[in-house]
Amino acid sequence: MASQGVGFDPEEFSRLARETGVRLRKARKPLIIVGLVIVAFVALYGSYYQVEPDEVGLVTRFGRFVRTCNPGPHAKFPFGIEQVQKVPVQRQLKQEFGFRTARADIQSSFHKDEKTEAESVMLTGDLNVATVEWIVQYKISDPYKYLFRMRDVEETFRLMTEACMRTVVGDHSVTELLTVGREAIAAKAKELLSNMCKLYDNGISVQQLILQDVDPPEPVRPSFNAVNQAIQERERAINEAWAEYNQEIPRARGLAEQKIQAAEGYAIDRVNRAKGDAQRFNALEEQYRKSPEVTRTRIYLETLAAVLPTAGKKLIFDEKAKGILPMFPLGPTQEVKP
Amino acid sequence: MSRRTLVIVGVFVVLGLATLSSALYTVSETEQVIVTQFGQPMGEAVTQAGLHVKMPFAQEANVFDKRWLEWNGNANQVPTRDKKYIGVETYARWRIANPLLFFQRLRDERRAQSRLDDIIDGETRNVIASHDLIEVVRTTNRAFEKGEEAEDIMEAESMRQIELGRDKITRLILGRVSQVVPDYGIELVDVQIQRVNYIESVQAKVFDRMISERKRIADRHRSEGQGKSAEVRGKKERELKVIESEAYRKTQDIQGRGDAEATAIYAEAYNRNRELYRFLKTMETYHSTIDKDSWLVLSTSTDVFRYLQSQTAASGGKAAAPTR
Repeated sequence: MASQGVGFDPEEFSRLARETGVRLRKARKPLIIVGLVIVAFVALYGSYYQVEPDEVGLVTRFGRFVRTCNPGPHAKFPFGIEQVQKVPVQRQLKQEFGFRTARADIQSSFHKDEKTEAESVMLTGDLNVATVEWIVQYKISDPYKYLFRMRDVEETFRLMTEACMRTVVGDHSVTELLTVGREAIAAKAKELLSNMCKLYDNGISVQQLILQDVDPPEPVRPSFNAVNQAIQERERAINEAWAEYNQEIPRARGLAEQKIQAAEGYAIDRVNRAKGDAQRFNALEEQYRKSPEVTRTRIYLETLAAVLPTAGKKLIFDEKAKGILPMFPLGPTQEVKP
Repeated sequence: MSRRTLVIVGVFVVLGLATLSSALYTVSETEQVIVTQFGQPMGEAVTQAGLHVKMPFAQEANVFDKRWLEWNGNANQVPTRDKKYIGVETYARWRIANPLLFFQRLRDERRAQSRLDDIIDGETRNVIASHDLIEVVRTTNRAFEKGEEAEDIMEAESMRQIELGRDKITRLILGRVSQVVPDYGIELVDVQIQRVNYIESVQAKVFDRMISERKRIADRHRSEGQGKSAEVRGKKERELKVIESEAYRKTQDIQGRGDAEATAIYAEAYNRNRELYRFLKTMETYHSTIDKDSWLVLSTSTDVFRYLQSQTAASGGKAAAPTR
């Protein structure tokens, strides 16, 4: 429906008033004049209206929509000929689901009862139950449609939002809802709701849909916490095992390295000693070759000279005197000291 | 002007005003009007908003709403095809599409609401009862994102693929209702399932199931923790063994190499004069084998004591090996 744009004409209005005034003055009834003044006052009062900065005014004449007014002072036909409905198009409106803000303040207080509880309880896609609280922020994008297309737009919008949210939650598992899926669910629900608003053509545009508290239902909550606890336990067990691993493996690596180094030391030791011995032997052998007889005898006698004194008992006998041997006293004796 | 004429004029003015007000009627943006003459509808509905004229006194303007109107269903307890008792709340939006028919069949909105109760509730029941619960809950067959728990813990039922889904089911209800309501001059613009909930007694069972499901998940986490930590310990054991045995292998290898090289060096050196080596080694052995507990029984015929008997006897057999 297009505005006809037929404005209020003040000149015509004052002319009419003047003529009526003249006619009545002829009746010469002062009372009527007083009455006329009152009527004029009411007419003036009824023709003035003001539109606040965040609103627009929709004017209907005899019920028919004629024009939209922007913020500021305006005039209209009085006596119900023209009527104004003001719609807050600039204001961001909000609906709450699953709770109500009882008092918005620095520390807002919230209110919940059976009714809000019924709003928040819903079935998830894996046939579990969860309570979801959320808010919707919206604006009136088309005041004409908002006013005239639907009776009780706000309540309908509530129902639409609930239906959308449940549709989306019904397509997610309870775990997704409680953890990873929150944002996706909110985005999906907003999209669905926006589409539905377009379909319903209700003049509302959805600004934001934000999930608030999402919880498993009260009786089930402890078991959900138990799962979290179990996850912690699992992580702890694994961490402990890794801690042990990290304690022992580097140490074992160090020990292994130590053994290897020691073995290398041993090998080098062996080789060096062998080389030393060989060099010594070679040197000796070179000299020995020059005069083997003498060297040999010298070494032999030197050895005996060194060795013989260390022996505990020494018995030197002549092969010809064979009789001595049987008299040789066996057993320990103290008489001969080395 | 006499008093009588004044009265007559007055009467005419009043009559004229009454006629005028009866002849004029307004239709607002949200309304549509059926004009009836002595109860008989006259022509089509007036849907254009504004000031309209009718025949005074004889005709009457019957106002109907033009907007989308509410219909909110009550929570219906319905068993689904798989015998789950659920409460279903639906809402619908409808409008008076044919005011004349609406006026003839139902006269007013109150009667329309009660008729809609019958029809929509009935169809909702029918449709819900002939489908499984999962069809009402889910919309698509999207796979759940697997979080911490494994798939086999979830109810097999909830993992079932759906045939229709919530959206198609509401379209089904809408379609069925839309076949009936045009008879009443009504157009059903939308039906939505607003809420689906388990009824109280079922809900308790569902909670039990959820609790046991969570318990299973928790147990799984715990045993997974034990399993994983055992795995890590096993890995540790294995690596310890690897490290130790590797070290053993390397040390043996290195030592062996050292021994081999030393042996080769010795062999190479001693091979140059085996006799000398044997002699020297024997001498060395004397050093290490003879101590104070050893008895030496020596004959005067040995090299060293040879001269005890005769200073000259030492002329022969000196090259012979020393006493062993």
